Amino acid sequence: MSSDMNPETGTKWHPVCQVEEIPQFGGRTVRAGQTEIAIFRLGDGRIRAVDNRCPHKQGPLAEGIVSGDTIICPMHARKISLESGEVLPPDSGCVKTYPAKVEGGQILLQL
Amino acid sequence: MVAKKKLVMIGNGMAGMRAIEEILDANPDMFDITVFGAEQYPNYNRILLSPVLAGDMAVEDIILNEEQWYADNGITLHMGKRIKKIQRGYKKVIAEDGTEVSYDNLIIATGSNPFIIPIPGVDKEGIISFRDIDDCNAMIEAAKQYKKVAVIGGGLLGLEAAKGLINLGMDVTVIHDQSTLMNMQLDQTAGDMLRSSLEEQGMKFSLSTLTTAVLGKERVTGLLFADGTSLECDLLVMAVGIRPNKALAEESGLYCNRGIIVNDHMQTITDASVYAAGECAEHRGVTYGLVAPLFEQAKILAWQITGQGLKSYGGSAVSTKLKVSGVDVFSAGDFQGSPEADVIEYLDRSGGIYKKLVLEDNKIVGSVLFGDTADGPNFFHMLQEGRDISGQRSSLLFGNSVLGDSGHSGIDQASRMAPDTIVCGCNGVTKQTITDAIVKEGCTTRKEVTACTKASGSCGGCGGLVEQILASVLGTAFDASIQEEPICGCTDLTHEQVKDAIKGKHLTMVRETMNVLAWKGEGCHVCRPAINYYIGMYWPLDAEDDRYSRVVNEKMHANIQKDGTYSVIPRIHGGEAKADDLIRLGEVAKKYDIQTIKITGAQRIGLYGVKKEDLVSVWRDLDMPSGFAYGKALRTVKTCVGSEWCRFGTQNSTAMGIRLEKTFDRSWYPAKTKLAASGCPRNCAEATIKDLGVVGVEGGWEIYVGGNGGVKVRAGDLLCMVETDDEVVEITKAYLQHYRETGKHNERTAPWLERIGLEKVKQVVVEDAGNRKALVERMDLYLSTLTTDPWQDRLQDEKQPGEMVEFKEYTAIEIPVQVVNA
Ligand code: SRM
Ligand SMILES: Cc1cc2nc3c(=O)[nH]c(=O)nc-3n(C[C@H](O)[C@H](O)[C@H](O)COP(=O)(O)OP(=O)(O)OC[C@H]3O[C@@H](n4cnc5c(N)ncnc54)[C@H](O)[C@@H]3O)c2cc1C
Ligand code: SF4
Ligand code: FES
Repeated sequence: MSSDMNPETGTKWHPVCQVEEIPQFGGRTVRAGQTEIAIFRLGDGRIRAVDNRCPHKQGPLAEGIVSGDTIICPMHARKISLESGEVLPPDSGCVKTYPAKVEGGQILLQL
Repeated sequence: MVAKKKLVMIGNGMAGMRAIEEILDANPDMFDITVFGAEQYPNYNRILLSPVLAGDMAVEDIILNEEQWYADNGITLHMGKRIKKIQRGYKKVIAEDGTEVSYDNLIIATGSNPFIIPIPGVDKEGIISFRDIDDCNAMIEAAKQYKKVAVIGGGLLGLEAAKGLINLGMDVTVIHDQSTLMNMQLDQTAGDMLRSSLEEQGMKFSLSTLTTAVLGKERVTGLLFADGTSLECDLLVMAVGIRPNKALAEESGLYCNRGIIVNDHMQTITDASVYAAGECAEHRGVTYGLVAPLFEQAKILAWQITGQGLKSYGGSAVSTKLKVSGVDVFSAGDFQGSPEADVIEYLDRSGGIYKKLVLEDNKIVGSVLFGDTADGPNFFHMLQEGRDISGQRSSLLFGNSVLGDSGHSGIDQASRMAPDTIVCGCNGVTKQTITDAIVKEGCTTRKEVTACTKASGSCGGCGGLVEQILASVLGTAFDASIQEEPICGCTDLTHEQVKDAIKGKHLTMVRETMNVLAWKGEGCHVCRPAINYYIGMYWPLDAEDDRYSRVVNEKMHANIQKDGTYSVIPRIHGGEAKADDLIRLGEVAKKYDIQTIKITGAQRIGLYGVKKEDLVSVWRDLDMPSGFAYGKALRTVKTCVGSEWCRFGTQNSTAMGIRLEKTFDRSWYPAKTKLAASGCPRNCAEATIKDLGVVGVEGGWEIYVGGNGGVKVRAGDLLCMVETDDEVVEITKAYLQHYRETGKHNERTAPWLERIGLEKVKQVVVEDAGNRKALVERMDLYLSTLTTDPWQDRLQDEKQPGEMVEFKEYTAIEIPVQVVNA
């Protein structure tokens, strides 16, 4: 069900899994070649995806605690916005975000 | 019932009786105690002899333990009986009147004797020293008949005696061989200020004056000095110092130097059954002459003699805070300072205030305060901590608003003190302890605080500070919950308020709880795990555990490592390994290419570097239960080999530990909970630094609680002694359930116990049998719900057909894509 290529970025939508395969308020790891992505299903049903490496010390964000649209890193509890990828103050830094959408119960990531 | 051991104490003074109090505190039933005191009085506060001499206090006012107290505690007291001989071979002591008492343990606390300078004429009549009540009475009597007194010695004792004698209407001259009064505590400036203050009160001085002879026929009539001058007097008080009273010990063959030599546990180095403490003891080459170090010694002595394990005395850093004839002085450390030393000073001669700090590399190494000593404890605290004060140089000496005596200078002083600052130097009482006494024990007066903590019970110099702390605490603490912080930024509610709501409203889900309590947002890693714990604690049967409110380790049932892999630590009950388990551990490590196999610090085996995807297979192949090394749960129950093998073992500590570990396996607590069982007081399993530890003794077990070996070491307190293994299990159930119910999430038993108070816990868990039973029932109900092992649960889960798998995070989703711009 992959969509057409985005001419500007060269990215395409790729199917990942069914929505139910991600626990609500939870996350999972997606491996795409060498890249590890953390994908989350927020409390309100939104799906968000970021690189699975905390900018602090590479904590695997998929294992963190989801709170609203932030993820709390499992290693040292830095908070990262899943919308912007930015580490929230007082800390700083950012992770790469990936566009995600749901079509007919299927989660798609733009990679 | 085991026969009590016989304990004899020689010396009914301040150090000795403090040791007895500490012993009774630690174990009231261990000894039959007999006390011999040469004086005709029960134990009294020697420090307050000066007010007695000055007529401000009566002898009754300074008694510390009335005769009735000895009787109430089953202590045989021999007043006015001096021991003349210790027969260590027969283990007995003999008094001057022939009384003989045998002992299993002996404590020598004979204090000091006043030093009499060996000059011609010191055997004449009319010469008194200043050490005890009899000396006081002798001076009071003499003052009725004689008018002109010379006091030799310009130290604390001499000046106190001089002040008292002035009050008794005598003409007093103090003779001191140094140019500075109290030169052991004060520098020249402070000494001079003290001198002028005392001169204003009518005291006369001859400083830098060496006495060479006492004149007179039978009775003293005057003194002769080295420079040829002389002074007329008809009474002479010698206050030139003290010498440890070691003669009795030395005659019995105990090794003595300046004093009786003791080791770090206050045992004489010659005879382990004989202890010494107080001014008569010499520890690491030092003898002490102030009560604070002696009280520390008393504590260590009691700890050792009651078999609570080894705790050692490392010597005391001494600061002196005294009221000399109504003037406050304080000194600590290197208060003189070399001529090049970096010194900050404040001097107001007419106001009578002098403060000096001696610094080295911007750290306080010494201090003298005169007139306003309120900051003394703070400075001493900074000195001990070695704190860098470069940022405070300009303000440090002025922080303290107004003048005052011993801190009567406004509430500010008390509220600025750090909680661990020592307020009462004599008894080593911190501000925190005093605050606790006010908040938790409900003390409202200085007297009550003294009764509860001993603060201000010795020299009384900190009385003003204690009153300030009272004022500052009682001023705001009417509603204790107001002071308490909310759980985290997601709510304004405290732990207690949230717990009450969960209990009162029967809340069984984390999200429901946050909704009902109007949480801000979806909660965080601090509040959600707390709520999840509380609902499970109150509603073991119907709470819904929320995995997504657990931190990574608890969610994954394995500890995450720095590289994102995990450790796997299975249960090895009581540390007793099975050959098959060891073989399988080895095989699994090989099969999964596990890099590190480590014997952990908690007596089990850890596999490190396990990939997330391999966790479930590793658990399957290991076929061992989870060790819960990742949770706020029962961790390990450490054991020693105990009576099965060890030549000293009195109890089967391995079996006890295994039984405890099996009983409480899989249970969750406010914080991780560690237990241990040792077979004898050598305590190889370190039971006294565990959340609960049992130590085998002949005929039973000692149960210690609130120990911690982590960030802040805390030795456990003796909760009780029991005879059987069943009782151990019962008390442990009640204790752990009480902790589960009253602990705050993330609060380990050590701070919890200090918050609740040992006495309270004893009462609820041990003494009140009905309550204990109820606690045990609630614990049993909870334990009965813990039927499955989490690792096995995951294995079962994996066997479900695709969609049904509940815990999917152990595997990654693979997609055949190369990320653009990765
Ligand atoms: C594995 C082990 C070290 C080892 O290599 O041997 C260990 C490892 C960790 N300890 Fe520990 N502690 C280990 C025994 C201890 C002990 C000794 C003991 O239990 O007898 C102590 C002191 C005793 C005590 O707790 O009172 C200890 C006191 C701590 C503390 C300080 C706790 C405190 O109350 O002050 C922490 C920090 C904390 O819990 O917040 C801690 C935290 C940790 C953490 C969980 C740190 C972390 O968050 O990653 C480590 C987990 C690593 C892992 O993946 O296993 N560890 N830790 C030991 C436990 C393995 C096991 O259960 O078999
Ligand atoms: C006037 C005065 C003021 C002081 N002010 C302060 C102060 O402000 N701050 C401070 O910290 N310290 C002060 N001290 C010092 C403090 O009182 C002592 O350090 C402390 O009392 C020593 O305690 P101890 O148990 O070692 O000796 P003591 O309290 O002297 O007790 C020893 C007891 O043993 C008895 N004894 C000796 N030999 C025998 C024997 N053979 N048989 C039976 N009994 C025996 C003695 O009679 C005595 O009662 C002051 C002392 C005096 C005298
Ligand atoms: S604690 Fe005692 S019984 Fe246990 S091993 Fe050590 S010495 Fe032996
Ligand atoms: S690695 Fe994420 S907070 Fe440290």
